[in-house]
Amino acid sequence: MNAPTRQPDADIRELSYSEAIREAMGLALERDERVVLMGEDIGVYGGAFQVTGDLVERFGADRVMDTPISELGGAGVAVGAALTGLRPIYEFQFSDFAALAMEQIVNQAAKMRYMLGGEASVPVVFRMPAGSGTGAAAQHSQSFEAWFGHVPGLKVVQPSTPEDAKGLLLAALEDPDPVVMFEHKLLYKMKGHVPEGWYTTPIGKSAIRRHGKDVTIVASAIMVHRALAAAEKLAGEGIEVEIIDLRSVRPIDGDAIIGSVKKTGRLLCVYEGVRTLGIGAEISAMIAESEAFDFLDAPVLRLGGAEAPIPYNPDLEKAAVPQIPDIESAARRLARREV
Amino acid sequence: MSDDNRPFAIRKYDAARLRDALRKMYLIRFFEEGAEDSYMRGLIHGTMHLSIGQEASAVASCIGLTDEDKITSTHRGHGHCISKGAEVGRMFAEFFGKEEGYCHGRGGSMHIADVTKGNLGANGIVGGGLPIAVGAGLTAKRLNTGAVAICFFGDGANNEGAFHEALNMAAIWKLPVVFICENNKYGMSTSTERSTAVKNIAERAVAYAMPGHTVDGNDFSAVAETVETAIARARAGEGPSLIENLTYRWRGHSKSDRNRYRTKQEIDEWIARDPIQRFRKELIEHAILDESEAEKVATEARQEVEAGIEFAKSGTAPRVSDLARYVYAEENA
Repeated sequence: MNAPTRQPDADIRELSYSEAIREAMGLALERDERVVLMGEDIGVYGGAFQVTGDLVERFGADRVMDTPISELGGAGVAVGAALTGLRPIYEFQFSDFAALAMEQIVNQAAKMRYMLGGEASVPVVFRMPAGSGTGAAAQHSQSFEAWFGHVPGLKVVQPSTPEDAKGLLLAALEDPDPVVMFEHKLLYKMKGHVPEGWYTTPIGKSAIRRHGKDVTIVASAIMVHRALAAAEKLAGEGIEVEIIDLRSVRPIDGDAIIGSVKKTGRLLCVYEGVRTLGIGAEISAMIAESEAFDFLDAPVLRLGGAEAPIPYNPDLEKAAVPQIPDIESAARRLARREV
Repeated sequence: MSDDNRPFAIRKYDAARLRDALRKMYLIRFFEEGAEDSYMRGLIHGTMHLSIGQEASAVASCIGLTDEDKITSTHRGHGHCISKGAEVGRMFAEFFGKEEGYCHGRGGSMHIADVTKGNLGANGIVGGGLPIAVGAGLTAKRLNTGAVAICFFGDGANNEGAFHEALNMAAIWKLPVVFICENNKYGMSTSTERSTAVKNIAERAVAYAMPGHTVDGNDFSAVAETVETAIARARAGEGPSLIENLTYRWRGHSKSDRNRYRTKQEIDEWIARDPIQRFRKELIEHAILDESEAEKVATEARQEVEAGIEFAKSGTAPRVSDLARYVYAEENA
């Protein structure tokens, strides 16, 4: 779980992923009266993952609003508030609970601009703590990025570093359309460099985390860090892996992926959501339909979540999503043309 | 006040406002008859949900609103749209799928809106507008605009989870929202007797510690007075209210309705309680206008509807290449 390699910097300032998100929200609350935070236990409790932390003490309970346990209604209130002039950031306590609010996110927020012929905007941000690895079992560990990525009208981002967590949240807040941000729970404590002040990370742009010529790995969130660890081991065997951090699921940065595959001729997609009909399927198809197809030296591989709910038992839980050795072995087989 | 026994609307509003209310009721009736006729002629596709017979509920609920006040509406929302000030020409243009329509032909009957007039839109999802109206109330309170949000919904929506969540949140935060349930007795084919545990939906207000009122929804003055009280309460920061307007849709649920769940006798009884005739009679009785002036209002509304249909017919079809326009802000240009 190392942060992406970075040049040593004299005035480097490190924050954790959750501190970076909190800093972004604090800046937004300071800068714009219209910004309100809403969610379950985000006030004095500080949020289930302590992301909002002390913001209620700084900005008051009118702007850092504890909602009742009403995900459908809460998300809908955020939609209505965004439609009429506020800039709400709604925190789902776990992304799994967004299933209760699909109506407002998918039928209302995502389609409002279109249904109204461009006459209205819904600038709402939905924050979603996601992913497995915490022993929380099947209803508190899912990865729904692909679900939301399937909906025109939504933008979906998935930061893997503290710097991007802050930059993508501020970009989401500036965006006139609804944005869903998936935050991986295992990353909340990860530290990394975070620039001071207001900056944005562009939505729809990936980032190359490691350059290589033999295999392209497209990964997102926690999988970026596992892929980096696998790449480090493979480098010892002379296999040079290029790692693309997806960052945005919708819109997806096709050009960067196609460009990398044209260079390496081999592609491995690594994501935590269920493998079938997931992000990897989309990326594979995108390559099959692009000029990169002619550059492929091996079949495209996908590593994704198992075709099962996330189990409670720790060994089963680990086996349910890609781990470093899985990535290492798949990339090695690709590099050696063993597939 | 105590020696003035005239109906509330007559006491409260001047003749011009009352005449405009009658005009809007006729506009709704003729607009929907015109839409139905255009559908039969194949000029409109899809489906539509007509509110003929419910005009008093829509117009009386909106008579005290400004353009700053918001409404959320339902799939049976043409009446709300006209009540909030929409032009029938642009509404027909929307139904005809034309660029001149309120949603540039992308929304149709079920998503018609006019945000410049504070109409946040009809909604294809039963109960979809309930939390959205609460959000509009939150904006009004936070930005101190003094606006209220009127949330229209049907009896069907009162059994959605969104109803419970929305009313509870509006109540705990004392938001300026007026929930108006237009109880027309049937959620599609299922009667409220079969779908709803309480006799009157307004009884549910008790669960949210807000006032609840059941009103004769075909009595213009009764609706206007009850809504006015709720709006005053909302604007004073005292929180939301729940109002149940008892009314009836003369037509079926939508174009697929074969009317198997209600009797002709029941329909005829409600047609005899026509809210437009009732309001018109009241205005004449209290000398707001005379018979010929009332007839003039009706005739002008009919002409406006006819002109609206012609406007829509001559509208521009959207370009197929603009299919994905309006999905995101950057694709608006």
